[in-house]
Amino acid sequence: MRNALLYLLVIITGLLFVGRLFYLQVIDDSFKLQSESNAYKRMRVYPERGHVYDRNQQLLVANQPSYDLMVIPRKVKPFDTLQLCDLLAIDKERLIKQLKKARHYSPRLPSPVVAQMSKIEYASLQEKIRKFPGFYIQKRSARDYQTTIGANVLGYIAEVTPQKVKNKPYYQSGDLYGKSGVEKSYEKILRGKKGVKYLQKDKFNRDIGSYKNGTLDTLPENGKDITITIDAVLQQYGEELMANKRGGIIAIEPSTGEILSLVSAPSYNPALLVGRQRSRNFTKLYLDSIAKPLFDRSLQGQYAPGSPFKLLNALIALEEGVIDENTKVTCRHGLHYGARKPFGCHCPSGTSNNLNKAIFASCNAYFGKTYLNILNKYPNASIGVQKWSKHAKSFGLGNYLNNDLSVGNKGRIPDSAYYNGAYGKNRLRSTYIISNSIGQGEVETTPIQLANMTAAIANRGFYYTPHIVKNIKGGTLPKKFTTKRVTTISPEHFEPVIQGMFDVYEKNGGTGYYARIKGIEICGKTGTSEVYGKIDGVRTQLDDHSVFVAFAPKDNPKIAIAVFVEHGFWGSRWAAPIASLMIEKYLRGTISRKDLEVRMLNGSLQHVYDSFISGEPFKINRNRPR
Amino acid sequence: MRNKGNILVRIDWLMILIYFVLVFIGWLNIYSASYTEGSTLGMMSQPHGRQQVFIGLSIFLIILILAIEAKFYERFSSVIYLVSLLSLAGLFLFGKNISGATSWYSFGGFSIQPSEFAKFATALALAKFMSDTQTNIKLLNHLLKIFAIIFLPALIIIPQPDPGSAMVYAAFFFVLYREGLSPIYLLLGFSGATLFVLTLVLDPMMISLICTVIALLIYFKNRKKKHSKLLYVAILGLCIGLSYSVNYIFENVFEQRHRDRFNIVLGKEVDTKGIGYNTAQSEIAIGNGGWTGKGWLQGTQTKGGFVPEQHTDYIFSTVGEEWGFLGSSFVVFLFVALILRVLHRADLQKSKFSRVYGYSVAAILFVHFLINIAMVMGVFPTVGIPLPFFSYGGSGLWGFTILLFIFIKLDANRINEW
Repeated sequence: MRNALLYLLVIITGLLFVGRLFYLQVIDDSFKLQSESNAYKRMRVYPERGHVYDRNQQLLVANQPSYDLMVIPRKVKPFDTLQLCDLLAIDKERLIKQLKKARHYSPRLPSPVVAQMSKIEYASLQEKIRKFPGFYIQKRSARDYQTTIGANVLGYIAEVTPQKVKNKPYYQSGDLYGKSGVEKSYEKILRGKKGVKYLQKDKFNRDIGSYKNGTLDTLPENGKDITITIDAVLQQYGEELMANKRGGIIAIEPSTGEILSLVSAPSYNPALLVGRQRSRNFTKLYLDSIAKPLFDRSLQGQYAPGSPFKLLNALIALEEGVIDENTKVTCRHGLHYGARKPFGCHCPSGTSNNLNKAIFASCNAYFGKTYLNILNKYPNASIGVQKWSKHAKSFGLGNYLNNDLSVGNKGRIPDSAYYNGAYGKNRLRSTYIISNSIGQGEVETTPIQLANMTAAIANRGFYYTPHIVKNIKGGTLPKKFTTKRVTTISPEHFEPVIQGMFDVYEKNGGTGYYARIKGIEICGKTGTSEVYGKIDGVRTQLDDHSVFVAFAPKDNPKIAIAVFVEHGFWGSRWAAPIASLMIEKYLRGTISRKDLEVRMLNGSLQHVYDSFISGEPFKINRNRPR
Repeated sequence: MRNKGNILVRIDWLMILIYFVLVFIGWLNIYSASYTEGSTLGMMSQPHGRQQVFIGLSIFLIILILAIEAKFYERFSSVIYLVSLLSLAGLFLFGKNISGATSWYSFGGFSIQPSEFAKFATALALAKFMSDTQTNIKLLNHLLKIFAIIFLPALIIIPQPDPGSAMVYAAFFFVLYREGLSPIYLLLGFSGATLFVLTLVLDPMMISLICTVIALLIYFKNRKKKHSKLLYVAILGLCIGLSYSVNYIFENVFEQRHRDRFNIVLGKEVDTKGIGYNTAQSEIAIGNGGWTGKGWLQGTQTKGGFVPEQHTDYIFSTVGEEWGFLGSSFVVFLFVALILRVLHRADLQKSKFSRVYGYSVAAILFVHFLINIAMVMGVFPTVGIPLPFFSYGGSGLWGFTILLFIFIKLDANRINEW
């Protein structure tokens, strides 16, 4: 019997082991999961971001390799710090700090020492990198701007924020995404689709080849190229014209709603936001609270439109039947309508203006009277203002355009609800809001809304939502950009208004007379909008904005444009000439009026802007002593 | 003598077959555990390449062992034992320290671990002493001599330090029991071990209480037998004393790493990243295998090198991951089959020397098999002892090969005896 003991023990042990194996391998799943988290690493493979072309297929944005110097602290051996610092153009403290940071993160995993080096920096470093064990160069893809213009249109890409990573699982820390402009609007198309590569890891978390021979891997899908509606030549010219001025230029092709140029001044070179100096440059732009280069004035700037708004009021008055072409209003150097002060105008007293003249000479009295007539046509002003507001909004005013530009502003077209809030229900009197008649008062628009309104007039009653995308390679345009949007104004009412706009240029006494171009039939309207600002907390009237809207040619228009020059004194001083130069450039390609061009290119309003913050007293709409 | 030319007929081919299957499977798994991209067969820089050489030399050893006259082992057992003891003692002077233990002699790039060879030497010496017709295990005098033979090598090995290898010598208790040692020793050993583990899980107070209750129950049940009350009190006192002293030893004599290893297995501490890393990763590797395993060279745990010492002591985790439940059960089956076969052949021996030696072989293989696989599966504290025929290492492989094949030779020779 004694020899049975060991037999028994051996058999029992064998059975227990098989039982334990059964438990570990067949019953309990937790080990499998743990081994998976041990065993592989999911690596994103980044696709090439799509290129951006202008409407004439000029390449605007491409990609360039950018190089990060990476370090694996564990592998670093003593090296010539001075030489490395020289090659990287950084000081020793910074290098030491970066190495310390890297070691803190992980001694075995790579960390960046210097990010986004250019090809030139890379070239000199690459020859010597072998002298620095533990360091290597990681190639990445960065944006390569083929142009210095259009920063506000093109936008930029930046590293995702932790918040974004949390909300959008597609992104992971360190990814780049479009943060403004086209890069933002078409992020999904431009970015492509990341691929996944599974790498098998060892116990040090090092890669030791592909996992399951790459059967689980997916290839990245490159981003699609897009063509934008911008005409790079026109855009560049616009930016040059706006040099040393603040404001915006929007040019739209009325027949399609394509935005030909979208100038916001001041702007910056988009290449500033690429490369080693990116974060320094961005901070500088971001913190410039005076010139606000990151603020897109053509899209976000909300201004009183001034006189161009008279065009809209004329159209509404015609539609509502309160005037016709021949209705005359006598201007007594203003309109006396029962208030303490007359509604001022620049016409000599006793001028009798019909619609045509009221437009080309921009008579305030005419439009003040007409506006009151529109409102008073209805039992009370609240109903009137509601009717009026509806007409105005049909031109795309007072709300977001709902287009593919990443920023925008609603502007403001007041309606009865707005005034009920301001004055109490039905307490509104038409005379309270007479300023709306000339685009002052509560009315506010953004330059792009104004340009769109002009396009709608040019089209005689409809518009296409202004948009920036012309063509997506292998994609289709959203339907909303090809849908005709019809205004509430009947087509026949446009002709007299357009004739008035035409005469702005053609008739002596027209506000754009001096900006006309031989051979091109331009229809336009100047504007001078009063503006108040706070200086040291005191509401102060500042120099008027210079506004101009135009389209050309008169028949079959090719371009509609709105120009806004902040504090440009009056419409015909800056905005009208700039608009006419833009139109000439776009339609003819060359400029015949060289002296005007030179004056506009070299003209500067910097001293005016400086005077607001100088602390010295100033008189508005005068040249400042330099 | 007349059957000398016939050894190939008399030899037990089953044991040899199992031996070669185990060695081959072992080598496959060493290859996988030490595989890196670009590995080729016979690369001497890799463990699997060196193991190939070790296996080749083993075959040479086997031929040598089978060729030598069987009587040689019995006659020279004392000499072999003494040489073995000297080689162990010599470590204190000439030994080389590898990963914390001075258990190796180093000749150039080549190391030998004498403790691997001391096992068969001790088995031979024990067999020789026991087979002496004068020896009576019931005599305390003789028993002490037997204990001396067994525990002398262990005592030299412990301070190297290599407690794992020393532990194996407990295997000889099974042999002694088979040969007539009072079961009291085994019983004491088992109760001692049980008490030890229970003390670590519960506290001494609790143990004392339980022991008292059990003692009272037994006493009242056996009242009629009129045992001396004193005996009960003495045994109870011994248990309680042991429990408290275990507690004291554990807390004050053991080093922290030993305490940690016990605590991990007993589930008193969970630490899969630090001290429990080995065990946790090994369990993950085995658990990752599933029914049929990941396939040879496909184990992610194995390829990633997550299990430390995987090609040596933890080689069974590779089997678990890459060959799954079926493969690892098969390996368990092979070991069980081999040990049972050795036991069976040992029982058939007419010569006491062969029988005792055979029993020793079976017991040593069993203890290695038990402790190693229990450790790899996370039910026994981490103790560094190899899996016979499986783990990487020349000394280990040769030590077990000699151990087994001397028995095969003795077994093949049994007809010559009377």
